Amino acid sequence: MSEMIELKLNEQPSKKRQYLLLGGIILAMLLWSLTAITFSAPDDGGAKIAGNIIKGILSPDMQLLWNFTSQGVFYLLFETICIAFLGTIFGAILSIPFAFLMAPSVVPKPVYLITRFLVVVIRTIPSLVYGLMFVRVSGPGPFAGVLTMSLTSIGMVSKLYVDVIEDIDRGILEAMDAMGCTTFEKIRFGIIPQLIANFSSITIYRFDMNLRDATILGLVGAGGIGSPLIFAMNSYRWHQVGSILIGLVVLILIVEAISNKLRAKLVNG
Amino acid sequence: MRKRTLTLPNGKVVTEQRSKVPLICAILLVFIIVAMRVTHFSFRTLATNGHQFFVILGAMFPPHLDFLNRVWQPLFDTIKMSFLGSLLGALVAVPLAVLSATNIVKSKLLSGFFKLVLSIMRTLPTIVMALIATFIFGLGTMAGTLAIFIFTVSYVGKLTYEQIESLDMGTFEALESLGLTRLQAFRYGIVPQILPTYLSTSLFSFEGNLRYAAILGYVGAGGLGIILNEQLGWRDYGNVGMILTVLIVTVGLIELISQTARQKLQ
Repeated sequence: MSEMIELKLNEQPSKKRQYLLLGGIILAMLLWSLTAITFSAPDDGGAKIAGNIIKGILSPDMQLLWNFTSQGVFYLLFETICIAFLGTIFGAILSIPFAFLMAPSVVPKPVYLITRFLVVVIRTIPSLVYGLMFVRVSGPGPFAGVLTMSLTSIGMVSKLYVDVIEDIDRGILEAMDAMGCTTFEKIRFGIIPQLIANFSSITIYRFDMNLRDATILGLVGAGGIGSPLIFAMNSYRWHQVGSILIGLVVLILIVEAISNKLRAKLVNG
Repeated sequence: MRKRTLTLPNGKVVTEQRSKVPLICAILLVFIIVAMRVTHFSFRTLATNGHQFFVILGAMFPPHLDFLNRVWQPLFDTIKMSFLGSLLGALVAVPLAVLSATNIVKSKLLSGFFKLVLSIMRTLPTIVMALIATFIFGLGTMAGTLAIFIFTVSYVGKLTYEQIESLDMGTFEALESLGLTRLQAFRYGIVPQILPTYLSTSLFSFEGNLRYAAILGYVGAGGLGIILNEQLGWRDYGNVGMILTVLIVTVGLIELISQTARQKLQ
C-alpha cells in the first residue's frame, strides 16, 4: 500500500527546481536591495515624535470630529466621497471604449497592442502629476480631484473590463443571429446582460480604492480630506490628525463592508 | 413595487419581478448631481479650459536626455525600496494570514482581532504612513520601505487568509487522521494549495508597490518621487518627461517579467 503511494507521489512533476531558482533570484535581489536602505534606529527626537503621534491619535480632537461646518471632518469626508464617486463614475464610463479597444476578440492586433501600451502609460504616471496638470484646467479644489481620479481609474478598470469582455459566451450571439436579431438587439439582449454585473462589481471595487487614494490628491491641492490631513501632520497637530484619521478609517471600513456585500450579490446573482 | 402578472396558455399564472434598474439609476443620478454640486464640477470649464491640460504634457516632449544620468540612482532606490518592502511584507503576512483564518484558528476572537488589525493597516493611506515614518526615522529610503512594508503585509495578508478560508480542509483532516501532527498536516495539506496564489499575489503587490514607491518620494521618503517633486517645483517639464519615461519603461518591463512568472506559477 505504502509503495503505491510512493509510486504515485513520484509520478507528480517536481517543482523543486523552479522554486530553487526563484529562491536564488529573490535572495540575490534582497542582497542588492539592502544596499539602498540605511537602517537608522529612531533617535531621541524620533522616539519622542512617535510618542506624540500615538498620544495624538488616541486622544483625537473631538471638536474637529463633531464639527458639522465646511471645516469639520464630516464635511471633508463627504467631499472626499463625492470626489471618489464622480471620479469612479467618469472613469468607468471612459474605460468602456478603452476596454473594447483592448480586447483581442474585438479589434485586430495592432489596435489592441497600441491601446494596451497607452493604458500602461496612463496607469504609470503618478496621480500627483495629473493633479498638477488638472489644477491648471480647473484651479485648485475638488474639481481637479475628480478629473484626476477619472483619469487614474481608467488604467485598472479597463484592464479588468477586458477580462470580462473576453469571457463573453459567443454561443448566445450566434443563437440570436440565427433568430434574426438586429445588431442593436444583439447588444441590448446578448452583450449588455453578460457584462453589466461584472462591470458594476469592478466599478464598486475601484470606488473603494479611489476613496483610499483620495488622500494623495491633497498633496497638490486637489481637494478632499487629504490636504487638511497633510497640513495637520506637517504642523505637528497630532490631535487633529487623530480625528481625521479616525474618520477616514471608519468611513473606509464601512464602505468596504457595504461594497463587499454588494459585489457578492452582483456576482452570485 | 407592483408586480406584473402573466397568464400562460396552460392557465398557470406567473408574476414577473419588477426590475430594480430604474430605481438604481435614479439614485445614482441624484448622487451624481449632488456630487457635482459639492465638487463644483462643470463641463463648461472643462470645454473652455481643457486644452490647459496639454500644456504641461506638451512641455514634457521631447524629454531632456541629458537628465538621464541623474535618474538612475533614484530609480534603483525606488526599485530596491519596493522590492525590500514587498519581500519582507509578504513574509510577515503569512503568520498573520494563518492567524486570521477561521478554519485554522478555532478561536473567533483571535482571528477576528487579526482581521481587524489587517483591515486597519490597509485603510491607513500609504502616503500618511510614509509621512509619519519620515518624522520618526528621518527622510530617506527607510521611511518609504516601511510604508510599503506595512501596505504589503495588509494586502497580501488579506488575500492569503481569504484563500486559506476557501480551501478544502478534507486533505488536512485526512493527513491528521493518518497520524501527522497539525504542523505537518499544514505543511503537506495546505501549503502546496496556497503557495502558487500566494507567490502570484506577492508578485502582483510588488508591481503595484513599484508604481506607488514613485509617489512616496513626494513626502521625502526616498526614490524617484524626490527628483520628480524637485523638477516639478522648478517647472522643468522636459526633465519631468524624462523621469516619467524611465518610470514607464521600468514598470512596463517589470510587469512583463512578473506576468510571465505569474502565468508559469498558476
